[in-house]
Amino acid sequence: MTTKVLEGTHAISWAVQRSRAAVIAAYPITPSSGVVELLAEMCADGRLDARFVAVESEHSALATCAGASQTGMRAFTATSSHGLLYMHEMLHWCVGARLPIVLANVNRAVGSPWNIFADQNDSLSQRDTGWLQYYCEDNQEVLDTIIQAYKVAERVLLPAMVCLDAFFLSHTSEPVSIPEPHEVDAYLPPFAPDYFLSPDEPHAFGGLSAADGYMELRARIDAAMRHAEQVAEEADEEFGRLFGRRHPLVETYKTDDADIVLVASGTVAGTAREVIDARRARGERVGLVKIHLFRPFPFTPIRRAVSGAKKIAIIDRNVSFGHGGIMASELRSAMCAHPLAPPIFSFIAGLGGRDITPQTIDDVVAHTIQQEQPEADTLWVGLKE
Amino acid sequence: MTTTTVATPNDYKSDLKPIWCPGCGDYGVVQAIYRALAAVGRPPHEVAFVSGIGCSSRIPGYTTTYGFNTVHGRALPIAQGIKLARPELLVLVAGGDGDGFSIGGGHVPHAVRRNIDLTYVVMDNQIYGLTKGQLSPTSPRGLKTVSSAYGSVEDPVNPLMYVLGYGARFVAQGTPADLSGLASLIEAGLRYPGFAFINVQSPCITYGQPEAQLKAHKAAMKRLEPMGHDVTDRLAAMRLAAEYGEALYTGVFYRDPNPSPTYDAELVERRRAFGTLDRARALDRFVPH
Ligand SMILES: Cc1ncc(C[n+]2csc(CCOP(=O)(O)OP(=O)(O)O)c2C)c(N)n1
Ligand code: SF4
Repeated sequence: MTTKVLEGTHAISWAVQRSRAAVIAAYPITPSSGVVELLAEMCADGRLDARFVAVESEHSALATCAGASQTGMRAFTATSSHGLLYMHEMLHWCVGARLPIVLANVNRAVGSPWNIFADQNDSLSQRDTGWLQYYCEDNQEVLDTIIQAYKVAERVLLPAMVCLDAFFLSHTSEPVSIPEPHEVDAYLPPFAPDYFLSPDEPHAFGGLSAADGYMELRARIDAAMRHAEQVAEEADEEFGRLFGRRHPLVETYKTDDADIVLVASGTVAGTAREVIDARRARGERVGLVKIHLFRPFPFTPIRRAVSGAKKIAIIDRNVSFGHGGIMASELRSAMCAHPLAPPIFSFIAGLGGRDITPQTIDDVVAHTIQQEQPEADTLWVGLKE
Repeated sequence: MTTTTVATPNDYKSDLKPIWCPGCGDYGVVQAIYRALAAVGRPPHEVAFVSGIGCSSRIPGYTTTYGFNTVHGRALPIAQGIKLARPELLVLVAGGDGDGFSIGGGHVPHAVRRNIDLTYVVMDNQIYGLTKGQLSPTSPRGLKTVSSAYGSVEDPVNPLMYVLGYGARFVAQGTPADLSGLASLIEAGLRYPGFAFINVQSPCITYGQPEAQLKAHKAAMKRLEPMGHDVTDRLAAMRLAAEYGEALYTGVFYRDPNPSPTYDAELVERRRAFGTLDRARALDRFVPH
């Protein structure tokens, strides 16, 4: 084990190096460019035995990964915002073709107007493409999750996206422990799919599947996605045994006796811990639930985590226009059949990189304590007049 | 509908102070554009100036024209939409070599063959400036960048050959090292009835190669005009264009002496022809007999 001070982008690069990705294709975009720049360097100086190509667009980047993955090689790409959106067609394709590619997405706002700061709408708008989605709180979690993502993706044959907040993680340095290559090898076996493009055992892929077969294929994707929750749980358990760190799919913090449970994801969860600690110090029964795995949506652990609460407050750094916070609506759908579902206060905050400070979160908690019921479906935090 | 006025370059200069690095070639390009627009004389509100994304794509904001920067690689189709909706506007398009020849490269052949009356200025700095110095489609083979630590192992796009090969009707190259030459090339492009392409060697002082800066351009540039190059000879233009990356020719490479009608003009013409049809008689055709 080595410890280095790494920014989020480079924590990803090290994880990809340790995961022994074989083909890396990418197009630069702020704030994700650093991920592949370090990987390009690692490929050049021999630290990573992989083929790197600086392609002409993100669409081509993911298409290249798809081609590589179809031959049974481990593929990787990183992007952000408009880059991820430009991959949209290939995102769907990789799921249908069951290619376990891992993609790091730096969560950044989407234009127009242009904005390069933290916002989850880029990846959440890709929610229904069928990629596993993880959201990370710190750079250690980023590194560990990339390695876990390969393990889970290759077991269920679905691609996985690991998301981290622009700048708050991508460009912030923290001490990160990097497992040794042999340790990762023991955890992550070589990628060995049953079917791949090979002259030794010819197969054809991507043929036409009409109404008589398409639906069954879709149902299998859905089944694989649902199964991925258990696989991800096991992958984290094993990771914990080998490396001494866990990243629960749904993490609870001081929720056992909590009357008010705050739900958050990404770096907001890190800030929220401080608010929880401060209020706990004053004897208030508040707790935090962090959503780490968002797809598949971990219904059971989420329900377990929040159902003891009297009220739930959830902060979304994203919005589905005309509906509300995306994670809030997922949470509501998870709770709707619950006989004693606590009221859910849904807050939208921090879009386009606006700071979500401890004060912002404290205001959210205070509001939730004061109000009997949410006065609106969605509450926008700190809007200017 | 179109007006020409007596204008000065200052009329096209906005209050916004450019935030390019000191010494960036794009400062010269915007100056040349002010001059070219003044020479053509269309008032700023009759000019639509569209760009993609990149350092160079900031350029519309520094002019008083109606313009905006759009999505990376999509300046041409967006400009096409503007020109189709408002054919009377003068439509100017600009961007970087990455914007135009990597992510947006697929649009260029279609803009050329469709021949919509647009003037496309590419600020070719052989690097991605805005994203801090990665390999671009025009970077020379062997170039070491943050995305090609071992030196690029691919050949660059040759923008001049690219458009000539697709049949472009107006093709030129300039450099801000020769500001008045560049201004007159852009002016000629703006006046050309059809799709006009101007490749501008516009150095990136921060991430570009030391040998591709303005001083070097001044020393290396060869003007096509005094060389006696025949601008109506496409093959001769291609022979010169083939030297892209080695020789820095400036001037008009090719100008089709018999330009075919532009797409936008054809559409207006068809609509006029259709307008004279007897509507009642046309509808009669759909009456069941
Ligand atoms: C879909 C998408 N991918 C990537 C980017 C990031 N990006 C912005 S500008 C640019 C390239 C800049 O190079 P160039 O077009 O040559 O212009 P320059 O900055 O050199 O003037 C890139 C990769 C983006 N904005 N959108
Ligand atoms: S980075 Fe290069 S292209 Fe961008 S403004 Fe600076 S000098 Fe110009």
